[in-house]
Amino acid sequence: MFRYYLRLGLLSIRANPALSALMVAAIAIGIGACMTIVNVRHVMSDNPISHKNDVLFHVQVDNWSPDEPYEDPNEPPEQLTYLDAKALHDAARAYRQVVSFKSDRVVQPDAEDARPFQESVRATTADFFSMFDVPFAFGSGWDKSSDVSEERVAVLSASINEELFGGKDSVGELLRMNDETYQVVGVLAPWTPVPKFYDVNNNPFEEPERIFLPFSLAVSGEFGSNGNTSCWKTPSEGGYEGFLASECIWMQMWVELRNEAERQDYAQFLDAYVNEQKLLGRFPRELNNRLSTPAQWLENRDVVDDNVNMLLSLAVLFLVVCLLNTIGLLLAKVMRRTNDISLRRALGASQSALFSQYIIEAGLIGMAGGVLGIGLTWLGLQGIENIYAEYEFIKNLLRMDWSMIFVAVALAIVSALGAALYPTWRACSISPAATLRIQ
Amino acid sequence: MEFGPIFRAMLKAKAGYILIALQIAVTMTIMVNAVAIMQEQNDAIARDSGMDEANTFALSSASFEPDADMRSLVEEDLDSIRNLPGVHSAVASNSYPLRQGGWSEGVQIEPGANSTESVGSAIYFVDEHGVDAFGATVIDGKNFAPNQVSFKDPESNTWPAYAIITEALAKELFPDATDSAVGKTLYLGDDDPVNIVGVIDRLQAPWQSWTGVERSLLIPQRRLGTYQTYIVRTEPGYRDSLMPQVEEMLSTSNKGRIVRNVTTMDQVRKLAYLDESALVKMLTFIVSLLVVITGLGIVGLASFNVSRRTRQIGIRRALGATRFAIMRYFMVENFIVSSVGIAVGAILAVVLNIALVDAFSLQPLSWYVIPIAMLALWLVGQIAVAGPARRASRITPAIATRSS
Repeated sequence: MFRYYLRLGLLSIRANPALSALMVAAIAIGIGACMTIVNVRHVMSDNPISHKNDVLFHVQVDNWSPDEPYEDPNEPPEQLTYLDAKALHDAARAYRQVVSFKSDRVVQPDAEDARPFQESVRATTADFFSMFDVPFAFGSGWDKSSDVSEERVAVLSASINEELFGGKDSVGELLRMNDETYQVVGVLAPWTPVPKFYDVNNNPFEEPERIFLPFSLAVSGEFGSNGNTSCWKTPSEGGYEGFLASECIWMQMWVELRNEAERQDYAQFLDAYVNEQKLLGRFPRELNNRLSTPAQWLENRDVVDDNVNMLLSLAVLFLVVCLLNTIGLLLAKVMRRTNDISLRRALGASQSALFSQYIIEAGLIGMAGGVLGIGLTWLGLQGIENIYAEYEFIKNLLRMDWSMIFVAVALAIVSALGAALYPTWRACSISPAATLRIQ
Repeated sequence: MEFGPIFRAMLKAKAGYILIALQIAVTMTIMVNAVAIMQEQNDAIARDSGMDEANTFALSSASFEPDADMRSLVEEDLDSIRNLPGVHSAVASNSYPLRQGGWSEGVQIEPGANSTESVGSAIYFVDEHGVDAFGATVIDGKNFAPNQVSFKDPESNTWPAYAIITEALAKELFPDATDSAVGKTLYLGDDDPVNIVGVIDRLQAPWQSWTGVERSLLIPQRRLGTYQTYIVRTEPGYRDSLMPQVEEMLSTSNKGRIVRNVTTMDQVRKLAYLDESALVKMLTFIVSLLVVITGLGIVGLASFNVSRRTRQIGIRRALGATRFAIMRYFMVENFIVSSVGIAVGAILAVVLNIALVDAFSLQPLSWYVIPIAMLALWLVGQIAVAGPARRASRITPAIATRSS
């Protein structure tokens, strides 16, 4: 029977090509608009480190002004001071701990004709790579001892290794930056977490830094911060030393705690640390430490833009319009076939037989709309990429994965079936005698 | 006109009309709110940064040699830029409007850490050419005198004694003052006194989405960090030829640095408002598509009605109805459906707007958007129904004599 209804459905679709095309187009456009925005939102709200979500924690302590919170109602600062980052890292009370900040260096390529160029770098500690499961193509991260010895070592991303060393295994090669020589110890495999969860304070949708250097080396070399820096009071001393000793926040810290017991221990340790600092006259606010999982942290920082949510609500309404359109057209089609339906009913077709027939027809239209909708979603994403052409990293934001394709088709079929319910019910309730009488 | 009969005829087959009315209502809801959002974005984009944007470009110089003599480098750079023909003025500063990265500082009118509320303001470090290069106008007091410009001592953290502030900052600091702000003292870094020498009309902070975007403060100080940003204002028509010339001149004059971020203010503005203009483009696209779909829906349903009523129309024609009367019938029918849809749509639009204002702190919509959207949708409905209605009017009376 199913195949018979399928054939009837196809026949009926072909019998009214304009009306059918309009229905397919309406569903496809509705799905396309909706899925384009859903897709953008899906990528933005992704948690690239979800597999370690229960063991990683972003660390916050509240060193802010006694007069006002960092953010209402009483949010602790989103970053740490150097004093706290350094002390908490060196205490090594978590299974793994990473402090980092964003800076920049001038890279001086070896080739005679190559011009030096400025590059964002991340100054961080040895655990960064193991903690965030960063994939290596060659070599590895630096040893923990390099965190202390201030050895001039560097880890390169795949893309800058391609630019500087033609993509070969460059471990052991030398790299000049700001007239200083670094040794390459590792090269990453391509790694583009979106959003850039480890530092969402500085544009969560930019490319990860392409060079990683030891934190202690960067601090002793007086590397400036190239990310957001906020101070609630002016450093009491000038110069870099004064900046390091100040209450200015500019560093990010993450810890890995393997279970609830470790988490509680660490929370206690943080409280104890802050209380100890209070005795030294720092931390004028009440205890307000925070350990957030990556998911909580991304949520807290509102990584998903308000505009996207607003667009999404309009796009859903848009889909509603397209469906109302489809319902109207399907109804028109049923009404036009009143005679056929009466005749079939009179000849003994049951209501359920008619119901299956029309639902299958609607399902076919939904499927066609879904497939076309995926195409339109792809076009929509291209359009957005075009609008944001100035923003290079946009490509990473606008990928479409299988789960989204599945959602698109499912949404299309559910929409079409939902839209078909009322017209189908009307078709089924046409009485056998209704129109035969007139003929 | 035959409103009554048409309306009663419509009630016979309610469902189809209700659907179209609903579709028009939701279309109206989306349209009105999309326009409200677009208006807000466009208002933001249209704000004046205060700079002479059409004739200004900026570029940065990053010195990477460990012991670069920044003091003489900056002096040489500025001298050579200012001496180029076509350059109106040039200044070295830490940032500029719309750049999205800069320095902000709490400004207060009483000294002391806890004495008064401080007002956040953008800080631009400039010399006596700053006001001119930024395209601002001194409306009260004076510009900096050359001898007021100091060099930053890297080990000191006290603030220089002079400042020029924007009118918006003056109003924020001295809301009730009737006298001039010039000559008054404000405090930076809790208790460093700073004397206001002048007030300029307008100069935005580097962060265009900050609520205090109009609050800026110029400090006459040259900071000798290895990273310098130059703002060059040219005479009209010289910008595009001078930009590569200045870049080339700076890159070749000193090998120990790189010149980067060479950009016109037009580009800076485009980048700064990328999100806003993207949202406007997307909404425009969505609204146009929506109107097309709703229009097609109306065409589809009207065509269906015409073909279903072929016989009745033939009879009416045979009984003496003019072609115009037939056409009018469908136009009036659509007018009734549209009116119901638009009325419901107006209510839904306001409801959604209240929800959006609540959830996304959007500006409430301007009242006049609703009547304009109503008119537009009425028009779309009439245009969409015109085709099928014309086809209906061409049905010959002879049809009535045929049996189906």
